[in-house]
Amino acid sequence: MGKARSEDPLFGRIVYWWRVLRDTTAFRVSTGIARRVTGRPLVIAIPYLWLIFFFVIPFIIVLKISFAESRIAMPPYSPLWEWVTTSTMQIKLTMSNFGFLFEDALYKNAYLSSVRIAFISTLFCLLIGYPMAYGMARSKPSTRNILLLLIVLPFWTSFLLRVYAWIGLLKNNGVINNILLSLGIIKEPIVMMQTDFAVYLGIVYSYLPFMILPLYSTLEKMDITLLEAAADLGCRPIKAFLKITLPLSIPGIVAGCMLVFIPAVGEYVIPALLGGPDTLMIGRVLWDEFFANRDWPVASAVAIAMLLLLVIPIMLFQYFQGREMRAHR
Amino acid sequence: MSANPRQAQGRGAPWNDPKAQPYVVIDHVTKKFGEFVAVNNVSLKIYQGEIFCLLGGSGCGKTTLLRMLAGFEMASSGSMSIDGQDMSGIPPYNRPVNMMFQSYALFPHMTVEDNIAFGLRQEGRAKADVRKRVDDMLAIVKMSQFARRKPHQLSGGQRQRVALARSLVKRPKLLLLDEPLGALDRKLREHTQFELVNIQEQLGVTFVVVTHDQEEAMTLASRIGVMNHGEIVQVGTPSEIYEFPNSRFVADFIGSVNMFEGRLIEDRPDHVRIASDDLGATIFVDHGISAAPGITVWAAIRPEKIRLARERPSQPDNVVPGVIKEIAYMGDMSIYLVQLETGRIVRVTQPNVDRDSESQFTWDERVFLHWHAESPVIVTQ
Repeated sequence: MGKARSEDPLFGRIVYWWRVLRDTTAFRVSTGIARRVTGRPLVIAIPYLWLIFFFVIPFIIVLKISFAESRIAMPPYSPLWEWVTTSTMQIKLTMSNFGFLFEDALYKNAYLSSVRIAFISTLFCLLIGYPMAYGMARSKPSTRNILLLLIVLPFWTSFLLRVYAWIGLLKNNGVINNILLSLGIIKEPIVMMQTDFAVYLGIVYSYLPFMILPLYSTLEKMDITLLEAAADLGCRPIKAFLKITLPLSIPGIVAGCMLVFIPAVGEYVIPALLGGPDTLMIGRVLWDEFFANRDWPVASAVAIAMLLLLVIPIMLFQYFQGREMRAHR
Repeated sequence: MSANPRQAQGRGAPWNDPKAQPYVVIDHVTKKFGEFVAVNNVSLKIYQGEIFCLLGGSGCGKTTLLRMLAGFEMASSGSMSIDGQDMSGIPPYNRPVNMMFQSYALFPHMTVEDNIAFGLRQEGRAKADVRKRVDDMLAIVKMSQFARRKPHQLSGGQRQRVALARSLVKRPKLLLLDEPLGALDRKLREHTQFELVNIQEQLGVTFVVVTHDQEEAMTLASRIGVMNHGEIVQVGTPSEIYEFPNSRFVADFIGSVNMFEGRLIEDRPDHVRIASDDLGATIFVDHGISAAPGITVWAAIRPEKIRLARERPSQPDNVVPGVIKEIAYMGDMSIYLVQLETGRIVRVTQPNVDRDSESQFTWDERVFLHWHAESPVIVTQ
């Protein structure tokens, strides 16, 4: 049958022209592109485009502003480049904004304080979240789902609302103080609002689920027979936890800590609502710089510096995760 | 259990010596999970140096029994003792027992040598001592060159050897093995089976092995305990279990068998006769059984114990005509499925002694099946 076909003059001509077309460079290039654009690259392109539009471009704009000079104008900063004559372009990079961050101790203190508050909050999240995640992972599968739902449940109400609710609980004539006063445990209301305590409480409360969920997923996946094997080899339960469970849950600990620490450093809402005037966090400094001082270049420099501060832990996280992935392959 | 005169009286069979002290005593142990009875009133005596196989299908309670010996499950009633010491209330980490898990349960974050050293370090031994014993153990299981690897860098067979090394390094008197060869391919299994027996003899450990694979049990075990629905159905050496099964279940579970239902029509001390509608003939057995005449019994005949002939053999009994329906050539032997006049299909295996294909039987050939009077096993349940 194949022979009969090739003897057919029309068929022969089609084959000939197909070969000619196939060998042209333009055809090769275009099919090559088509092959590359379809499928996986297309799927990956969507989040990348999202990142370019909503992260990379705004970042470049903020970076540009951070090298400008503050002006009382619209917009409130100097342009980065100017045409002095028709043939001369003047690019002016103002470094003083970044210099200013080092000169004024406020910024340094705000950064350090943010990192300290985020670090301590992360530690508390870990200490509270680990036993919770452990208990969940070791409970019966039916109760496990209910417990998991309870952890996720707060997300169904607005984050702002939940922080506001804490004001109602913590303020001097709030729920907690009223109960303690009426029970006669305290004579004077305890000042809890507008203190660092309230900020820690707010951050730990808000970010606890982000600690619990990755911890739970690593602990739940863990093979229980490993603990039986440890017991079989003469290892007591507490030691088995330290030697087996804890090391195997490190990926969960790292993921949970990063998920809490990174947003906590830049947290603005919680210190603004629950913190006092002396609760110094970089998110509030940024806000003040932008809206109170209207010094956009310095505010941008603060933002860039904060970003660098956060990118380092993210990169460390990625590194650990990558190493972990390779180790389990 | 039938007290058969031909029962193996093998050398070094402590279970036949009334004065021998059992190493493990399981005394009327029952384990319930809620309403479900996993292990039902099991009593067993296991002796030092034995390889005792618990054999049964999935869900028969064999693994639960093993886990109770290890201390992961507590018996609902009954007691267990190991080396004369009562085990009730003793947690796994205080038992003189080690277990090799079905999944091997190697610690994924530790190297091979750290996995093996884990048990020794729990005892607080000196570093040099741990080092030496780990090295010795690695040499025994031939894994010395893989000491620094992590479990995920090993093949299935290598992991199995590490798991074995880890469970043996503390020199337990009793080693529990849960489906030790389950995850290995056939070639590796056969090799490892012999290796296991070698190591067991070398170290003088008592093994209790759980398996669902009758072949594995046959090659490994000194004795087999067949389990069904949480109960021990029969205990005996592999040949006892194979040649003298005490029930239809055991006969069916171990190897393949032709089972004929029949009625006991003649019961003498030296022979019995069974009328079987299934077979369309009477079966003559050259030994007596203790049962009332007229009751329903089953005659179990192994396929390799039935012979095929073209001419009617001269023997008066145990001859049935049939037609060959299927032949499976296995190389060393052939399996024939022969249809009797009653319609019943009988499985017969014959060794292929001659290379000449002329002498072999062929499809639709009329043949006579015959067997020795000692071959059938009569079971009443």
